[in-house]
Amino acid sequence: MTDASSDQPVKFYQKGTYTVSNRLVDARNRLVQSSMDRNNSLTCGHRACQGCGEALGARYAVDAAMRASNNQLIAVNATGCLEVFTTPYPETSWQIPWVHSLFGNAPAVASGVAAALRVKGDKRVRVIAQGGDGGTTDIGFGCLSGMFERNDDVLYICYDNQAYMNTGVQRSSATPPAARTATTPAVGDEPGNVFGTGKNVPRIAMAHGIPYVATASVANLKDLEYKVFKAMGIHGARYIHISVPCPLGWGSAPQDTVRVARMAVECGLYPLYEAEFGEVTNVHKIRRPVPVQEYLILQKRFAHLFRKDKPDTKRIKAIQDMADANIKRFNLLGEAAS
Amino acid sequence: MLKQIEGSQAVAEAIALCRPQVICAYPITPQTHIVEGLAALVKAKQLQGCEFVNVESEFAALSGVIGSSAAGARSYTATSSQGLLFMAEAVYNASGLGLPIVMTLGNRAIGAPINIWNDHSDSMAMRDSGWIQIFAETNQEAVDLHILAFRLAEELSCPVMVCVDGFILTHAYERIDIPTQEQVDAFLPPYEPVQVLDTKEPVSIGAMVGPDAFAEVRYLAHHKQMRALELIPAIGADFERHFGRKSGGLIHHYRTEGAEVVVVALGSVNGTIKDVIDDMRTEENIPIGSISICSFRPFPLAALRESLKDVKCVIVVEKSLDVGLGGAVDPNVRMALRGLAKPLFTAIAGLGGRPITKNSLRNFFKQAMKGELDTPHFLDLDWAVVNRELERGRKTRRSGPIAENILRDIGPGGPLAGGESS
Ligand SMILES: Cc1ncc(C[n+]2csc(CCOP(=O)(O)OP(=O)(O)O)c2C)c(N)n1
Ligand code: SF4
Repeated sequence: MTDASSDQPVKFYQKGTYTVSNRLVDARNRLVQSSMDRNNSLTCGHRACQGCGEALGARYAVDAAMRASNNQLIAVNATGCLEVFTTPYPETSWQIPWVHSLFGNAPAVASGVAAALRVKGDKRVRVIAQGGDGGTTDIGFGCLSGMFERNDDVLYICYDNQAYMNTGVQRSSATPPAARTATTPAVGDEPGNVFGTGKNVPRIAMAHGIPYVATASVANLKDLEYKVFKAMGIHGARYIHISVPCPLGWGSAPQDTVRVARMAVECGLYPLYEAEFGEVTNVHKIRRPVPVQEYLILQKRFAHLFRKDKPDTKRIKAIQDMADANIKRFNLLGEAAS
Repeated sequence: MLKQIEGSQAVAEAIALCRPQVICAYPITPQTHIVEGLAALVKAKQLQGCEFVNVESEFAALSGVIGSSAAGARSYTATSSQGLLFMAEAVYNASGLGLPIVMTLGNRAIGAPINIWNDHSDSMAMRDSGWIQIFAETNQEAVDLHILAFRLAEELSCPVMVCVDGFILTHAYERIDIPTQEQVDAFLPPYEPVQVLDTKEPVSIGAMVGPDAFAEVRYLAHHKQMRALELIPAIGADFERHFGRKSGGLIHHYRTEGAEVVVVALGSVNGTIKDVIDDMRTEENIPIGSISICSFRPFPLAALRESLKDVKCVIVVEKSLDVGLGGAVDPNVRMALRGLAKPLFTAIAGLGGRPITKNSLRNFFKQAMKGELDTPHFLDLDWAVVNRELERGRKTRRSGPIAENILRDIGPGGPLAGGESS
C-alpha cells in the first residue's frame, strides 16, 4: 500500500475504517479527492456549516463524476442547502457548468439538458442532477419518477440529511420516526416524528426498473466514489441516495459527521447496496454491528428518547426493529461478498 | 402555401418551420392538437433534429425546456388554463433566467367550476411573470406570431407566450398561408444562446441573490420589456419585408381615422368587433373604430395613448375578470389615458366561452356612447340567475356549490327537486 516513490511509512489515522486514504497510499488506491489533480468542482469558500455532511458528500460525488466523465459534466441543482451555500451572489463555488431552477424540478430540468445534448449529438457531455431529500422524496418526486420512467440519461444524486435543512429543519418524508424537527417537536405523547410506513426512494427507484440504483454514505467515501464512477459508466436514468448527516439539524457535533454516518450504516438503519434493473446486486456487509442506541444517542434530535427520568425503551426498540428488518432483508450480517 | 387547415395544425406546422430542437409538452384542451401535430411530425421524421419529450406534468414540461434552453437548444412548449397555473412557478423562473423559450397558450378559463372554453383568465394570471405576451387575432396571425416570437425571444433572451384563443382559433378550419422553409430560414437565424451550460466555459446559472441586487435584476427584466416595445414593431416590419404581409406589431388599428369612439380588445374577439364597427358605420354613420392590442406585455402605453388622444370615448372589451377590482385589461388602458379626461367603459365578456354576439356588442357600444353604464359592465350576464342565487345564499345563510345550484335551476327539465343527485 505504500507509494513506490515515497519512503515515508503509511500512517493510518482512522484505523479500521474505509475513510482512510491519503496521498501516501498507492496512486491506484487513492480517492479522487486525495489525488493532486482532483478537479475541485465545488471549491472551498462556500458557506456550509462546519462539519456539513452534504458539502462533504457533494464534493466527493461531483469530483468523482467529473473524473468519470473526463471533465465533461453539467450539473443541475434543486433549491436547498447545497444550492444556497454554494451560490451567494455574486460568488459561486461551482467550477463546472451548473444551473439551479427551482425546488421541485431538478430532475425535469436535467431531462431537458440531456435532451438538448442528445439533439446536438453531443455524446461526451454528461448530466447529473442533485437535491436534498426534500427536493427529491417530496416536492420533486413527480419529476423524478418521470425522469426514471423515460429512462433519461441523467444521474440523480439525493443528499439525504433527513429533513428540510435549508428552511430551518422541518420534517420531510425522509425524516426518521421519533426524530425531532421544527414541525415534529419533541412534545406530547409521541414526541418527534411519527412512526409510519416511510418513503423509501431507493426502493421506489428500483421499482422503475432503471439501470442503476445505489445507496452510499459519507462514512464510506471510497464506496461512494466507486458508485458514482460506476453510475457514470452507465447510460439511462441512474439514482444514488447518499446519507449526509447535518450537524445543525441532527444536533450532532461537527467533528462527528462521519462517525454518525458510519453508525447509521453499522446499526442497519442505513443499508448500503447497489441494484441493477430493479434487482439488488451488491450489499455492503456490516463489519461491526452496533445497537441503534449508539447511533441515536449522538444526536440531540433523539434526545427525548433518552431522558434520564424515563427513557423511551418502547420507541428505541421500534427503531431497533426497523434496523433488524433491514439486516434481514439485505442480509447485512451474512458472509461478506468477496 | 395556402391551405385549408385547422388553427392548431397550422401552428404546429409554423413551429416545425422554426426548427425547434426540444419540445416538452403535456396535454390539455384546447392546446392538445398543437402538440399532437408536433409529436406526429417528429415521429414521422418530418421534423428532424428535434427531441419531443413526453413529460408527466406541465410543471415538468416547462422545467424540461428550461433545461434544454439553458443547454443551448431552441425550445418550445404549449399549454392552457390549469396547465399554465400548474407550471406557474417555472413560468416566473424561465423569465428570471432570461431563457428564450416560446410557448403557445391556447387561452382557456380557469376553474372551479371547471370549464374548457375560451377566455383570457390564464394569460392574465401570468401577466407579471416577465414573459412577453402577444395575442393572435386570427389564425393567420397565430402562425405568423410564432415565427416572430422565436426571433423576438432570441434577440432579447426573454421568453415569449403566444396567446391563441382556445377553440375559436385553435379548432377553427380556415384558409391560411403557411410560409415556406426558405422564407422562415431567411427570417429566423439559428439560435445562439447568450449564456449557455458549456463545459468549455463553465457558468453558474440561477444563483441566489439577496436584497443587495434583487431589485436591480428585476429592473433589468423590466428594461428588457421596454426594449421589446421597440423591437416588436421593428421585427414586425422585417416580417413584412420577408413574408409580404403585416403581422405582429404592438397594436392594430381598424377604421380609427377620424373615429370618435374606439374599442380596445385582445385576440379573436376583434373579428366580431370589426363587423360591428362596419355595421355601425354603414347603417348609422357612427364614427367608430377599434384597436387590437397584439402586445399585452410589454404594454404599449405610448402607442395606445397616441392613438386614443383625440377620441371622445374609449371602450374596452375584455375576456378576463380581476376578481375584486373589475377588468384586468381596463387598468392598463386607463394608465395609457392618464391625465386625459375621457370616458372609458369596460365590458367583461365571453367568460368561460360564452358567445360574444354582434348584437350585444352593438348595444353595449351605444349605451357606452350615451354614458349610461356602470363600468365594468358584465356583458349578457343573466341577472335573474345571479339574483336567485344571492337570494338563496341570504336565506340559507350558507354558501354551497354555487355552480351546481345554478345548474340545477337552469337544467333542461327546469328546477329539479331538492335532494336529487345528478
Ligand atoms: C415551491 C417551494 N416551496 C418551498 C420552498 C422553500 N424551500 C427551500 S429549500 C427547502 C428545503 C430543502 O430541503 P432539502 O431538499 O431536504 O435540502 P436541504 O436543504 O436539507 O439540503 C424548502 C422547503 C421553495 N424554495 N420552493
Ligand atoms: S444546515 Fe445542515 S445541510 Fe445545511 S449547510 Fe448546515 S450542516 Fe449542511
